[in-house]
Amino acid sequence: MTRKVVITGLGATTPIGGDVPTMWKNALKGVSGARTLEDDWVAKYELPVHFAARCSTPALSVLSRVEAKRMDPSTQFGVIAAREAWADSGITEVDHDRFAVAFATGIGGVWTLLDAWDTLKEKGPRRVLPMTVPMLMPNGVAAAVSLDLGARAGAHTPVSACASGTEALHLGLDLIRSGKADVVMCGGAEAAIHPMPLAAFSSMQALSRRNDDPEHASRPYDLGRDGFVMGEGAGALVLEAEEHALARGARIYAELAGTSVTSDSYHITAPDPEGLGATRALKAAMFDGRIQAEDVVHVNAHATSTPVGDKPEYTALRAALGSHVDDVAVSATKSQMGHLLGASGAVEAVLTVLAVYERKAPLTINLENQDPEIPLDVVTSSRDLPAGDIVALSNSFGFGGHNAVIAVRSV
Amino acid sequence: MASNEEILAGLAEIVNEETGLAADAVELDKSFTEDLDIDSISMMTIVVNAEEKFGVRIPDEEVKNLKTVGDAVSFIANAQA
Repeated sequence: MTRKVVITGLGATTPIGGDVPTMWKNALKGVSGARTLEDDWVAKYELPVHFAARCSTPALSVLSRVEAKRMDPSTQFGVIAAREAWADSGITEVDHDRFAVAFATGIGGVWTLLDAWDTLKEKGPRRVLPMTVPMLMPNGVAAAVSLDLGARAGAHTPVSACASGTEALHLGLDLIRSGKADVVMCGGAEAAIHPMPLAAFSSMQALSRRNDDPEHASRPYDLGRDGFVMGEGAGALVLEAEEHALARGARIYAELAGTSVTSDSYHITAPDPEGLGATRALKAAMFDGRIQAEDVVHVNAHATSTPVGDKPEYTALRAALGSHVDDVAVSATKSQMGHLLGASGAVEAVLTVLAVYERKAPLTINLENQDPEIPLDVVTSSRDLPAGDIVALSNSFGFGGHNAVIAVRSV
Repeated sequence: MASNEEILAGLAEIVNEETGLAADAVELDKSFTEDLDIDSISMMTIVVNAEEKFGVRIPDEEVKNLKTVGDAVSFIANAQA
């Protein structure tokens, strides 16, 4: 019999809240975390995009200075979120050899890498910090979380661009089902609001250029959408074998009922216009969780607000859910916090779990003229989810043709 | 040219910045590894910061000989002389 896996702890640091309670309150209210960047490098490098969604609580106000010095900003966010999730789970004792980490990032230590390169050019090799390698390596965040919490059953780092955070949950579920671990700290972290990634995403025309109005720039499904807004932060979830959680009398938020990962093999960045890879991922996650279309009441969509990305996801949802898609409350939470890249799936998983647990769907903001080619029931005002057994899905798609889906069921 | 007292105070500041240890815990007879719990990566950071602060060069092969804070103060004082 397959082991049932439940979610017992949540953590986050995001542009709309430095912890889960603040983020959730704002997600239901509908706020924007996007702001004009005041950094001198915006003008210095003549960046075409002048805004982003920074974490609302700076990492240095949570971590000690010495602690933070040894971590890339992405790792700082990851450790903050993981500590909150761990405390929230109420776990006081754990068999460390049965406790694993699956903590993702899309890009890794980009600040550390580029700062070290600047130092090398300006001051020479002697001044490149000895901690540079462990700080820039993509597995740095998983390693730091493992070290911080005493997880010894493996520290994994799924990397699949903007699907990474969701893929971490896919891996975490597998680790528990296969008996390799009883508890897994899953999550994703990203800190890429640096001039180089902003320039690179701009040059591929992926970012919104609504420089005069950052708060209204991220507008999934709206006819006026013109790209995503770069965000940063981390999300973390404690996955636990059900029997392990029950034995300690844990508060259980929901069941992680099913997950899936597929690959498009279509184009390195463009989504398959028919959404075939995404459709297969949705169907596979539902099959994995023994879920019928009619069970699904809510979807936290990937919906980044790019002209080309939002529609294939709709096509995939209709293909996977059939006409029932018309009865599903869809939230595009990147409208509020921007796109956290490799962290987005983890943060959106936290929101999806809370939606099922609290029976409320988070809001989609900035939807003024809904694209008629995307006729979804988008949640733009306060919405309760039904009582009884319910399922919510969360989608994430990444450059490279990565598709990842999780299915969360009420308990 | 800095006096030994100035070098000690400067080193203590660098150690505090890197490790968070109180500056007055950094005393001449303290071992970097045994007493101050400074690992090799932190030690290299301290060495490089000390080079910049005192305008000296501390060769990598010399670092292993700097067992105590006093060893480092003496090395820097001699290097400046």
